[in-house]
Amino acid sequence: MVAALILGTLVAVALRAEAGSGFGPSDWAALRFTLMQALLSAGLSVGLAIGVARALARRRFRGRSLLIALLGAPFILPVIVAILGLLAVFGRAGWISQILVFFGLEPLQIYGLHGVVLAHVFFNLPLATRLILQGWQEIPAERFRLAAQLNAGPAAIWQLLEAPMLRRVVPGALAVVFAICLSSFAVALTLGGGPRATTIELAIYQAFRFDFDLGRAALLSAVQLGLTGVAGFAALRVADNEGVGVGLDRALRRWDGETMLARCLDAGWILFATLFLILPLSAMAVAGISGMFLLQASVWVAALTSVLVAAVSTLLLLILALPMAAAVATGRSTLIEVAGILGLAASPLVIGTGLFIVIYPFADPFALALPVTALVNAVMALPFALRILVPRAREVMARYGRLALSLNMAGGPFWWWVFLPRMRAQIGFAAGLAAALSMGDLGVITLFADPEVATLPLQVYRLMGAYRMEAAAGAALLLLILAMGAFWILDRGGRWHAEA
Amino acid sequence: MKYSVFAAAVLSASAAYAEKPELTVYTYDSFVSDWGPGPAVEAAFEAQCGCDLKLVGAGDGAALLARIKLEGARSDADVVLGLDTNLTAAAAATGLFAEHGVTAEYSLPLAWEDATFAPYDWGYFAFVHNADATVPGDFKALGASDMKIVIQDPRSSTPGLGLLMWVKAAYGAEAPAIWADLADNVVTVTKGWSEAYGLFLEGEADMVLSYTTSPAYHLIAEEDGSKAAASFAEGHYMQVEVAGILAGSDQPELAQEFMGFMVSEAFQSIIPTTNWMYPAVTPAAGLPEGFETLITPAKSLLLSADEAAEMRDGALAEWLDALSQ
Repeated sequence: MVAALILGTLVAVALRAEAGSGFGPSDWAALRFTLMQALLSAGLSVGLAIGVARALARRRFRGRSLLIALLGAPFILPVIVAILGLLAVFGRAGWISQILVFFGLEPLQIYGLHGVVLAHVFFNLPLATRLILQGWQEIPAERFRLAAQLNAGPAAIWQLLEAPMLRRVVPGALAVVFAICLSSFAVALTLGGGPRATTIELAIYQAFRFDFDLGRAALLSAVQLGLTGVAGFAALRVADNEGVGVGLDRALRRWDGETMLARCLDAGWILFATLFLILPLSAMAVAGISGMFLLQASVWVAALTSVLVAAVSTLLLLILALPMAAAVATGRSTLIEVAGILGLAASPLVIGTGLFIVIYPFADPFALALPVTALVNAVMALPFALRILVPRAREVMARYGRLALSLNMAGGPFWWWVFLPRMRAQIGFAAGLAAALSMGDLGVITLFADPEVATLPLQVYRLMGAYRMEAAAGAALLLLILAMGAFWILDRGGRWHAEA
Repeated sequence: MKYSVFAAAVLSASAAYAEKPELTVYTYDSFVSDWGPGPAVEAAFEAQCGCDLKLVGAGDGAALLARIKLEGARSDADVVLGLDTNLTAAAAATGLFAEHGVTAEYSLPLAWEDATFAPYDWGYFAFVHNADATVPGDFKALGASDMKIVIQDPRSSTPGLGLLMWVKAAYGAEAPAIWADLADNVVTVTKGWSEAYGLFLEGEADMVLSYTTSPAYHLIAEEDGSKAAASFAEGHYMQVEVAGILAGSDQPELAQEFMGFMVSEAFQSIIPTTNWMYPAVTPAAGLPEGFETLITPAKSLLLSADEAAEMRDGALAEWLDALSQ
């Protein structure tokens, strides 16, 4: 069904096309730039995330759970808001530049490939950290107990416990971040400093609205999907699917990493991540607080609409993702997993247009605006959900599958008594992420937008389009609070809440 | 019996409801938003037509045209409002539009002769800056200066395309050289107007591509006189926003009535302080206070719809070439 939605809409667009023009030199340049920035962004995001996740896994401190919740914030923000937040810190007139100028130095030059990568790391480092932290969480508490008993040093723990876990988790995280960066457009263009930073997604946009060349839009979109597919397959091939085993669900205690050096290193990692996240977010908060008082009733109605869409979308996601995760875990198909990752690289413009072409002959697109938005948001969140659910589902199946078979326990009872309780943390995390993503997504609503029903991100854009930048910042802050609230509540619902 | 009476009542009620004709107008998103002209226009027209006016927002001008092309002749839309002269040639070429039949005393700086599309507002593109800054007086001085500007990408934004046409209309074959000089002034290029304007307000650039009317918003709505538009000696390129009737409309008379309403006092007096553009027909009471402070370009530049369509791809290639170095 997911593949049908993504590929079907693509085919619908392609079928509507008249003779499209082929792949020109500028498309090759766009492809090169897209690949380069996506590879760099994915490598750097995941590389840094390993350090941050390791530090977070080893340490307990006040505000840790708040920090982990904040990790959900950046990639749910409307792109334009996040860009303005980043620039308030790193821009030509940003905080860092102001300090540099104060000391008689040149202001920071943010526009260029490094700016694109910086922004993508800001968006994806938190996500990668959560995915990898999840890996640490899945190492049974008993292993660390045993390691402490055997007096294993950091090197031994790394080699025996952590490195094998990373081999399992990191390829998937890389593939997800790579796919997200692949379809980047506004971030790449704005921080890339001009048309040098043209990505495939921008070329799709151009083909669609500048040239109205649907064939080209479909072709470019297929290239984007193909790249993601290759990345997805490669990640699954490289990834080690041997589980780390299942423990007795005991509370975790760590005895390692107590040396001064380890403490300082971990503190450094955590401080780095916190500052990198908090500074742009607080810039947004500062900009938004006064604007919060300017919000009209229609913005609050839009907020309510967004919460409803997010709720439906989260429910849909779980209905889709849990059976898929179970199917992948019992080894029925890796194709399912790849199909899940494709959702990330599907251009919202092409999906929206495709759906429009499919729906238009049969029904009023406006009447379907909200259901379609909820469905597309669920599909967009699916890749994240699968990355979160699958590793744990594999373990549960490996540990309890045979036992359940020998007890002739299948279907409902197995799900109810064994599978779901052991997946609680992962389900909570996945649901929280889906809710937050859905709330922040502009996606297809712009094509289906019903004049009377607007979502909150759409209202943010409308406020900006009407010069009301201050109110827009306020609405964006409201969006941030709502999305983080949803994430926090659902993620908390999972009992072990990232107690890695 | 009781049941059939009930059914008859429901049927006649829905029939009565259906008797009120519905006029569907496709427009750009910022027109229908709570802060745009949409709500006031809807109320004013419904008060006179005894109909239900449905305003549908679809992205911006270019997305609007794409939407009409996608829907084709079966579109529910009766009127399309919000294309500009860079798009009208492509829109007319679809053959989906009928003649508008509107006549009015336009206050545009040039004669309007298009029989398919009628204008409802217009403005000049300009670089907006902080009023206390000293700014260059034309593109050449801008290129030679170290002023930083932020502009929009012509591939994704209407003002971005407008700037492309501005340079082309002012300099013709010299345009590539102008762009080459401007390249080091461009801080960055954004997807749309909002991003660029937001960046400018954050202090990322000294000037931003917007409209001569932008300072009027700050002056009238925020009582803030700190923004101004730079007057360029080459003249300023115009954006004329137009509307047209779809040939496939099932409400041709109502559509006609709407077009007449569009150039009437009621509609035109809403435009200046909601769309922040000049009305196509100046209202009897004149422009709102504050508009007299705006710059008046010495020369108005506008390529005809056909010229614009013809030059577009070449101008884009020149732009890409100059800024990708």
